[in-house]
This record gives sequence, C-alpha cells and structure tokens, in this order.
Amino acid sequence: MMDRTYGTRLPGMPTEPLTGKLVVIEGADGSGRSTEVALLKTWLEVEGHAVVDTGLRRSDLVSAEIDGAKQGHTLGATTMALLYSVDFADQLENKIVPALSAGSTVLADRYIYTLMARAIVRGASREWARELYGFAWRPDLVIFLDARPEILLHRSIAKYGSLDYWESGMDLCLSRDLFESFFLYQDLLSREFEWMTDKYGFHRVDANRVPEEVHSDVQRLVAPLYGAAAPRRPPKPSPPSRSGSRVSRARRRAASA
Amino acid sequence: MAEPLSTSHGYPGRLLVFEGLDGSGKSTQASLLGKWLQAQGYRVFFTEWNSSDLVSSVIRRGKKKGLLTPTTFSLLHATDFADRFERRILPPLRAGYLVVCDRYAYTAFVRDAARGCDPNWVRTIYSFAPQPDRVFYFRVPVEVTLKRKIASRLKINYYEAGMDLGLSEDLYESYERFQTRLQKEYDRLAETDRLTIVDSTRPVEAIQKELRANLKPLIENFPTGARLMHDG
Repeated sequence: MMDRTYGTRLPGMPTEPLTGKLVVIEGADGSGRSTEVALLKTWLEVEGHAVVDTGLRRSDLVSAEIDGAKQGHTLGATTMALLYSVDFADQLENKIVPALSAGSTVLADRYIYTLMARAIVRGASREWARELYGFAWRPDLVIFLDARPEILLHRSIAKYGSLDYWESGMDLCLSRDLFESFFLYQDLLSREFEWMTDKYGFHRVDANRVPEEVHSDVQRLVAPLYGAAAPRRPPKPSPPSRSGSRVSRARRRAASA
Repeated sequence: MAEPLSTSHGYPGRLLVFEGLDGSGKSTQASLLGKWLQAQGYRVFFTEWNSSDLVSSVIRRGKKKGLLTPTTFSLLHATDFADRFERRILPPLRAGYLVVCDRYAYTAFVRDAARGCDPNWVRTIYSFAPQPDRVFYFRVPVEVTLKRKIASRLKINYYEAGMDLGLSEDLYESYERFQTRLQKEYDRLAETDRLTIVDSTRPVEAIQKELRANLKPLIENFPTGARLMHDG
C-alpha cells in the first residue's frame, strides 16, 4: 500500500486507506484559485459528493498569531515557516483527515506546496521544507493553476487596486520598488513550483484563460477520481518559447509593466 | 537527510546548554554559573524553554482546551524555539557573547519521542540549531525529582505528567511513568549526542565546582564585555 503521508508517520492518525478524496488546487494569488474552488465545489455537490473545503490560515489555534506577526513583520524566516506548519498540522488532524475518514471530498485551496515554496524562497533548504511537511497527507490530485506574472499583476490590481505587500515578497528586500519586487518574487516562487511539479505530480492547467475554460480542464482531471471516464482533452497549444535568464526576464517584465 | 546538530556554530560566542528533567536542579546550577561568569566580567545571555512571547499564549490556550496533538504540540514548541533562537540566541552568539540555555533542542527530542513523533522528523525540523559548545545533562532518579516537587509544593501540570498520553488516570503515577520515559530518551541522547552527564544527586556546591572546572578551558582567552565595547 502506498504511504498515506509523504513519509512521516503521524502519531494517533489512521493507517488504513481512507475513503474520501483529497483534491488540491494550487497557484499564485490571482491565478483564479478561489473562483475555481467555488466552481468545483458546486459541480461536485451537484454530482452528489460531500465536499469539505479548506485552505491556509484557517485553524483557530494560531491564525491570530500569524495575523499579528504579519502586521508586525518581526518574525524570522524559520519561525514564520514553523508557525504556518502548526496551522497546517492542526487543520490536517482536526479537519482534513476526519473528513476523509467520513468519505468526504476535501477540496484544499492551496496546500503544503505554497507553504514550502514561501519558506524556500526565504532561505529554507528544499530538503528541510520537504522533511518538515513529510507528515502531510498525500493528495489524490494536485492541480496547479499556471498563470503568467503579467496576468497575475493585472488581476491583483483589479482585485486590490494595488499590489499586496506579501504577495510581492517585499519582506525579502529583493527591490524597494513594489512592481519590480512583485515580478522577482513571483519568479522565485514559480521556480520552486517548477521543481515540485515532477516531485509531487502536479497537473498543470493553463490559467491565463477565462474561468469557464479553466474549469472544464479541471473537471476533466477530477472526473476519473470518481470512476467517470475522463473526457478527451482538446489539443494542447505549443508552449511559448523561453529565452534569456529568469531574472532578466523578470526585470524586463517589471520595466514593461 | 540532514544530520542535525552535527555542525558546530563557528561563531565567536559560546553556547552552553543545561538539560534534564524538571526538578533535576539544572536551573539552579545555570543561575549560579551565570553569577560566576558575570563576576569575571563576561557578558552572559540567558534563555529559557517556552520563553518566546509569540507562541507561549498559544501553547497555554491549546493546553487548556486540550486542542493539541503530539504533532501540533511538537511544531508549536519548534516555532517557539525558532523564535527564541533567531532573536535571543543567534545574535549574541554571533556578536561573541556567552549564551546559556535552560533547555535546547534536546528537550524537544526527548519529549516528542516520548509522545510518539518520528524522531528523524523532529531532528530535521531542529536542524537549523547548531551543536552547542557544551551540553550538561543533569541526571537524577525520577523519584528524587518527584520528592523535590512535593517538598517545594510545586504543582505537577497535565503535560509534565504526560496525562495526554493516557498512561494512567492517577497524576502521580502518570508523572512517574512519563518522566521515566523521558529519562530513557535522555540517556540515549547522552550517547548519540555526547552530552556531559552531571550526577545531580550530589550537593549543589559539589556540582557547581565541577561545572566551573569543566568550563574553564572553554572560556580561557574569551573576551570580557568591557573588552568588546572599548578599545585598549
């Protein structure tokens, strides 16, 4: 039997296979995650599946401390990474695993991957981050909503009227300029997600498109989990060619935005 | 996998750690040692387990509500330690001072192992913490710690007795069983991590004398606070 977690045994947690499904939607801020989670939840419920949704920073245990720390910006990188792991562990044990045991589908709006990527770009080693989250339950499906930084930028501005301090990685001091920092930060994150794609078996979905198109791709990926035949995929467009170093590309984007 | 605490810090300061069961006398010894070091002109920084403001309230709240599992308990303490490490231990160590820690990562290793967490996982989490220059393990029979607690009318708390593990309904019995488990883990660490075992059944003075003698070579030629702050 496949390990239920990524390697670390959780004391007091079930060892038998659970009947529920764990579906994770990952992607940057502005990739359309929340929209897709809402559409997917409705669709699954209409299909007759019980759905429990979850996300980051939703446990009662430490959410106040995380918020406080973000206001004060005073925590070290390791401390912050561990604080997020407490929040995640609490939800995993008290919400995700019980729901899976009860046979529900758990729909996670981001999971350990975002937490790992954030910790790594702030100086944690990939090895450390992987081991730290070794206790996480293996999802049945991880969908990564992949959107270009320019698209994320425009959606972020439409949503907040500006760029978010944390989503621009301003705490990393990559640049004093919010725009430039945003592109540099998103670029660092996407490098981590790229590495995780193979390691954790992400299914990438082109999220530069309108929600309906994204959703129909997601449905095609999710349907087989419930024994339904996967509808045929439309032909894939060829990927855009890539040139230049990442940093110079990110700087060009910042300059042209 | 990362080999935790196998690397020395390489900073100009010195990191001294006091470990042992509650009631083993380590805090008394740490405090006396600090007085001696300060009297010689050294600047000493003290830190204690569970002392960071950040999560101590969460730990209290979680303990009170019984919300904590071995995993969240372990991660919360790691968060607390990381905050203490990044803020209170690392800066003075890098600046060249003496840092005395009443408990360090070893406390997590023994407690989390006793609660059933994967020991390799716990070690990896703490791998950001370097190996101290000295780790004194104050060893004393569990019965003695219990007697000291009762004599000083200290209350035994729920987690100290390992009541969350359901070892026994009786607080005292649970305390003895849990602390015995912790001691076994400490004894194991004493070998793998080369802790300096201090027989803590002896009089306070005798132990203090031994500690001072042990530390003498480590702090020879070590700069005093005044020398760090002024030229000449």
